[in-house]
Amino acid sequence: MTFALEFQDLTLGYDRHPAVHRLCGTITEGSLTAIVGPNGAGKSTMLKGVVGTLRPLAGQIAFGGLAQDDIAYLPQQSDVDRSFPIAVADLVAMGLWREVGGFGALRAAHRARVAEAISAVGLEGFGKRPIGSLSGGQMQRALFARLLLQDARLVLLDEPFTSVDTRTMADLIVVVQRWHGEGRTVLAVLHDFDTVRAHFPRTLMLARELVAHGPTPQVLTAENQFRARQMCEACAGPPHTCGRDAA
Amino acid sequence: MMWETLVQPFADFGFMRRALMGCIAISVGASPVGVFLMLRRMSLTGDAMACAILPGAAVGYLVAGLSLWAMTVGGLIAGMTVALLSGFVARVTALYEGESLAAFYLISLAAGVLIVSTRGSNVDLMHVLFGTVLALDDDALILLCSIASVSVLALAALFRPLVLECADPQFLRSVGGPSAMAHFTFLALVVVNLVGGFHALGTLMAVGIMILPAAAARFWGVGIGTLIVVAISVAVLSSLGGLLLSYHFSLPSGPAIILVAGLAYVLSLVFGPVGGLVVRALPRRYLELLQPFS
Repeated sequence: MTFALEFQDLTLGYDRHPAVHRLCGTITEGSLTAIVGPNGAGKSTMLKGVVGTLRPLAGQIAFGGLAQDDIAYLPQQSDVDRSFPIAVADLVAMGLWREVGGFGALRAAHRARVAEAISAVGLEGFGKRPIGSLSGGQMQRALFARLLLQDARLVLLDEPFTSVDTRTMADLIVVVQRWHGEGRTVLAVLHDFDTVRAHFPRTLMLARELVAHGPTPQVLTAENQFRARQMCEACAGPPHTCGRDAA
Repeated sequence: MMWETLVQPFADFGFMRRALMGCIAISVGASPVGVFLMLRRMSLTGDAMACAILPGAAVGYLVAGLSLWAMTVGGLIAGMTVALLSGFVARVTALYEGESLAAFYLISLAAGVLIVSTRGSNVDLMHVLFGTVLALDDDALILLCSIASVSVLALAALFRPLVLECADPQFLRSVGGPSAMAHFTFLALVVVNLVGGFHALGTLMAVGIMILPAAAARFWGVGIGTLIVVAISVAVLSSLGGLLLSYHFSLPSGPAIILVAGLAYVLSLVFGPVGGLVVRALPRRYLELLQPFS
């Protein structure tokens, strides 16, 4: 099995304070992994490290044949200026940046793909509306449509379902399943364990340090959750070395 | 009567035609830049930038007197320096661009006033601060038209990256787009247009023709294309109106032009169909809210 990502004793942090400490582990290519853990466990930080906006304080991330171009990232709080006067279709079409760049023309084939992505997330008929008219859930759908067009081999989602209703979540999970079916690697930070159990075969539990990583039923145990909470509260646990138990 | 009031001044006097020409050039160059400034909530940045240009123009004046080129080059250098420094500080530190810009432009403005007042008379200071739209010579006109052309072409080339940088900067960076390039080129356009504008309208008034038409346009349309077209139209009409007012009533022309643009803004605020006060007060049918914009 080839790996998409390998964390090699990775430490990430802000202003020299580690938020993710000595993380080891591999994410296999084509896997669908949920990242769980208490608040402040370093989940978002880890994704930022993978995207490259945060440079490791120590250790590194190895990409198994993935270029930085192959990564699509949905941040927890997107920076989209909702009052900016562009249409939903234009926002979604931004996903084609790597193909058309700053000057390439949007050809009919591109427009067709934009329309297809918009309907894949259930936003038919919204293409010409300004993004400011979308509700929170609709906005999240539009951002997913943009991710679809990015056509990335590794998709990173930071709390993608936090502010959406159950119906939107169900629709967006279909999109995630579709990526999984297409052999893309998906990492999603999630809070709702029921969602994780139902849809994510693998789970990585984080509490600054790695708590557990593996098949979801084996990771989401009461014991692990208790440990994660304790580790986060204690903050400075015992020094953790890159161990074999991280499997 | 209409003819005499509206056209005769331009038919009779070369300086009026030159003034109108210069103002149209400034309008075409600066208003679209103003639209983006407004959409990025950077309207006050324009203001700060205009003050930042002052010491450069003042040094140019010290070196070569009231020379168009010396003052232009000086203004460009000072403006670019402040724009780059504040943009850089904002990108590297925790300061917002506005805060760092505020710091730099205040330093710059004080230096400018200091330099001008040590050597020049008050008249010269007035010239730099308020411009001389009625005394534009050939060189100045060529400069203004060149700046407008470069600005429009650059904005056209930069359009997509700039829109993305405004709408979702984080995304543009995540896909390796030219986020920094778009940002700094745009700041350079602001500086270039303000330097052009200060020859005609002065450093303080040059911002007016950039921001006021853009702010007025907000009440007439939603799409970026519409905003730009409306802003240019408002700017050109304000220039025309301001020049005529200043001719007929012997008013200083720079402030007259900006005041007419200000009037256009207030009228748009009240009567504009997109979020204007009158429209807000009127009861509207629900469906209208859901219509897509063009």
